[in-house]
Amino acid sequence: MTATTADHHDDHHDHHPSGIGRWLFSTNHKDIGTMYLWFSFCMFIIGGLMALIVRAELFMPGLQLVTPHFFNQMTTNHALIMIFGAAMPVFVGLANWQIPMMIGAPDMALPRLNNWSFWLLPPAFTLLIGSLFSPGGAPAGGWTMYPPLSIQTGMGMDMAILAMHMMGISSIMGSINIIATILNMRAPGMHLMKMPMFVWTWLITAFLLVTSIPVLAGAITMLLTDRHFGTQFFDAAGGGDPVMFQHIFWFFGHPEVYILILPAFGVISQVIPTFSRKPLFGYSSMVFAVAAIAFLSFIVWAHHMYTVGMPLAGELFFMYSTMLISIPTGVKIFNWVATMWRGSMTFETPMLYAIGTVFLFSIGGFSGLMLAITPSDFQYHDTYFVVAHFHYVIFGGTITGAFCAVYYWLPKWTGHMYDEKLGKIHFWLTVIGMNITFFPQHFLGLAGMPRRIPDYSLQFTEFNMMSTGGALLLGLSQILFLYIVMKAIKGGEKATDQVWDGAEGLEWTLPSPPPAHTFTTPPLVK
Amino acid sequence: MENTGIASSNRKTSRWLLLFVVGMFGFGYALIPLYDVFCEIVGVNGKGIQIDTSNQSLAINRDRTIAVEFTGSIMGGLPWDFSPAKKVFVHPGETVRVAYLATNLASTDVTGKAVPSISPTKATRYFIKAECFCFNNQTLAADEQKEMPLVFKVDNDIPESVKTITLSYAFFRAEETEAGDTSS
Amino acid sequence: MKLVRSFNASRISGVILAYTALLFGALIASPAYAEYGLNFKTPVTEIAHIEYDLHMLILYICIAIFVVVFGVMFYSIYAHRKSKGSVAAKFSHSTNAEIIWTVIPIIILVTMAIPSTEALIRMEDTTNSDMTVKITGYQWKWHYDYMDHDVEMFSSISTPRAQIENKQEKGENYLLEVNNHVVLPINKKIRLLITANDVIHAWWVPELGAKKDAIPGFINEIWTKIDKPGRYRGQCAELCGKDHGYMPIVVDAVTEEEFEAWVQKQKQG
Ligand SMILES: [Cu+2]
Repeated sequence: MTATTADHHDDHHDHHPSGIGRWLFSTNHKDIGTMYLWFSFCMFIIGGLMALIVRAELFMPGLQLVTPHFFNQMTTNHALIMIFGAAMPVFVGLANWQIPMMIGAPDMALPRLNNWSFWLLPPAFTLLIGSLFSPGGAPAGGWTMYPPLSIQTGMGMDMAILAMHMMGISSIMGSINIIATILNMRAPGMHLMKMPMFVWTWLITAFLLVTSIPVLAGAITMLLTDRHFGTQFFDAAGGGDPVMFQHIFWFFGHPEVYILILPAFGVISQVIPTFSRKPLFGYSSMVFAVAAIAFLSFIVWAHHMYTVGMPLAGELFFMYSTMLISIPTGVKIFNWVATMWRGSMTFETPMLYAIGTVFLFSIGGFSGLMLAITPSDFQYHDTYFVVAHFHYVIFGGTITGAFCAVYYWLPKWTGHMYDEKLGKIHFWLTVIGMNITFFPQHFLGLAGMPRRIPDYSLQFTEFNMMSTGGALLLGLSQILFLYIVMKAIKGGEKATDQVWDGAEGLEWTLPSPPPAHTFTTPPLVK
Repeated sequence: MENTGIASSNRKTSRWLLLFVVGMFGFGYALIPLYDVFCEIVGVNGKGIQIDTSNQSLAINRDRTIAVEFTGSIMGGLPWDFSPAKKVFVHPGETVRVAYLATNLASTDVTGKAVPSISPTKATRYFIKAECFCFNNQTLAADEQKEMPLVFKVDNDIPESVKTITLSYAFFRAEETEAGDTSS
Repeated sequence: MKLVRSFNASRISGVILAYTALLFGALIASPAYAEYGLNFKTPVTEIAHIEYDLHMLILYICIAIFVVVFGVMFYSIYAHRKSKGSVAAKFSHSTNAEIIWTVIPIIILVTMAIPSTEALIRMEDTTNSDMTVKITGYQWKWHYDYMDHDVEMFSSISTPRAQIENKQEKGENYLLEVNNHVVLPINKKIRLLITANDVIHAWWVPELGAKKDAIPGFINEIWTKIDKPGRYRGQCAELCGKDHGYMPIVVDAVTEEEFEAWVQKQKQG
């Protein structure tokens, strides 16, 4: 009797509060997941608009639209917003929606903590974006915040540091929640080595987060005390060293890259088998490769700083360790290709995106290998070649991976098929726009254009114009994405439970859309 | 029953993870002393210069001559001018005295401090200072010109490949409080 | 529906093919295309040559792997599609294949690592230099101190403000011109000591293959030996504040006699 009342009460609590209350106090993993996804989309648009300001200024040599100082604020905040506001939260949103459904859990392990970790983000980003309006403007020293330049910035820097602390706490709480969920809440029979790859990649990503984010928190705290409380961690005058900030920052920063890319690897490891109608090739080597990448990511950080004047032995060590990362990364790519091999493939939008991710990420991977080679990196370092490289990795890998995931699971979430034709158009526009934007930047970098400059010499004009044109196409195409998602939420062809005929896994045994509470009695995994 | 079991293991997992997070935050700070130790070992950033004020003499190797050149820069906010010591040629083991000349351009007392750095880095650990103006803050009265001495020698074990050593000082304005010892 | 699918698939392969062609066409075309700004500028020092050769070697290896891996993938996309009646195989691992594609990359990496290590050791050897120039980065100009010649000077951008603000037509060397050129003799091993006065900068001249961070409080060193007389232009490569884009570098490489004459003139002037 009491049990039924409790059930009913729960039901009432989570289902019926309408309006803002449902979202503000939600502890339901699906609602929180939805909020994360929408939040990251908003940040994607804001960060994208900043990128368009940057690209518009770079359309021609000379200063047309903005001052150099504002230009630097735009590049800096574009990076911070895209990394911490768009790329990280989108995968936390996916984790919230999917992990409980994929491992047969009723919800996340710590639902209330989950609510807090989401609701820290809107104030954090309000603060960060608000720094634009502070005296002296927003941080303009690059997202890497190297001192002494970041010591020179006005109070906008303090606002950004506070905002980053809040984002950091949010991701740490999110990660703790994800780890606890995966370790403690799996359905009976769901052994670790039976977990879907998306869950595996998130488990490892969450460990990377709890390891690296506190180090970032330390670094920016030292920056703050250097700015205001007389410490001299990064000031040569007080026995400190500005280069030390770079070491600490990149100790966080390199794992951060894998935090952004590993969940995307997880997504395509789900999608490729589905549309190849064939099990994932080399499951255990996939798990091993992800773990190896995660481990290596902690011993390669100084490859971001080959030009600071490290001793020879240091440069050799970081060159070798960085090159090593290409081995597990290669294993993953070969395994995906082997999964497609002799499959029975169809090419719905999620599959197109998965193939796009493998292809574009690989271009970024190869330029990454080139950047790893210390002697030639002396030429690439801090040029547009680096800009091209990390946009192939982060846009080509992370963001296309996120699109892949949304198209793949959207029918499950909404109960409606999205418009396949529009989805494909969105894919092609995005991929073409992305390549027109970023491919020419390789040439710009090789020919000698430094990054983070608002103006350039005449020889770089053509490729910059091309890049700006591509960016406009890329930006506008995302309006289509919003339309496709809205259309699928409102209606459309009913999705079956399994949605895709090659799909396997617990989430596909649930109705589409799934009710608010799923797997309240755990399923049995054979 | 089962639910409370899961809840308690969730609590346990999060407690461990939280502890780990705090530990990693501390690790970020621990990187600073670790980095200093590292710098001293490899001789980066002037850390690892040997200090030996005992003035005991070393065997002098007259078969080798090493050029030691001096330079420096005045950092923003310090109203000083300086001229570095002239380039000298020394034998390993030999004790040499040189001096920088510093001038205060301001009409008030100004305290500065000098932070050393050596190139090539592999020479750092073989550079032995007996006396250096960088050991202490230096105060110059208004318009004062002062000779700032440096007494050093080069260790016999310095690698064969080192033929020239450059010693550079960055002069910073010191805090306006009393001239005390500096850590560098 | 089937029609749409195969149409899309053929488009994938079409675009990808065009893409690979672009990649090949553009990147392989090395020195001949250098003046169109697709690749490194023509190197004029031993170090820049080393960097260039290494860059091309790694690039070719990457393109080769890329073509093989994606050749296989796109063949599979073409051949193993449901619309062509392909029936999914059941295999999900192959120890042999996995060993092969772990070992081959290791071998490739070792072949990359050997020349890279040699190059790095060569580059770090600053001993036996003929002269030393100390370079100091300021917000936003460079200071040069010819330590063996008693010559020093500041060097800052000389492009007129009006050109930057689009009020005047931009000159040929827009943003890459300075008031005082760095004059250096050819065929001499020159040691460059690099430091900064305020924030971190980086001194970079692409043709010399020289790039090093200028860090306030500490000195870094690199060396260069220019083979060919000429005028080489570079820029600050580390974000250093609002005018980071406006602190160029111009090196004039001249014969030894011309250099001596220049030094004399500087001393008198
Ligand atoms: Cu600069």
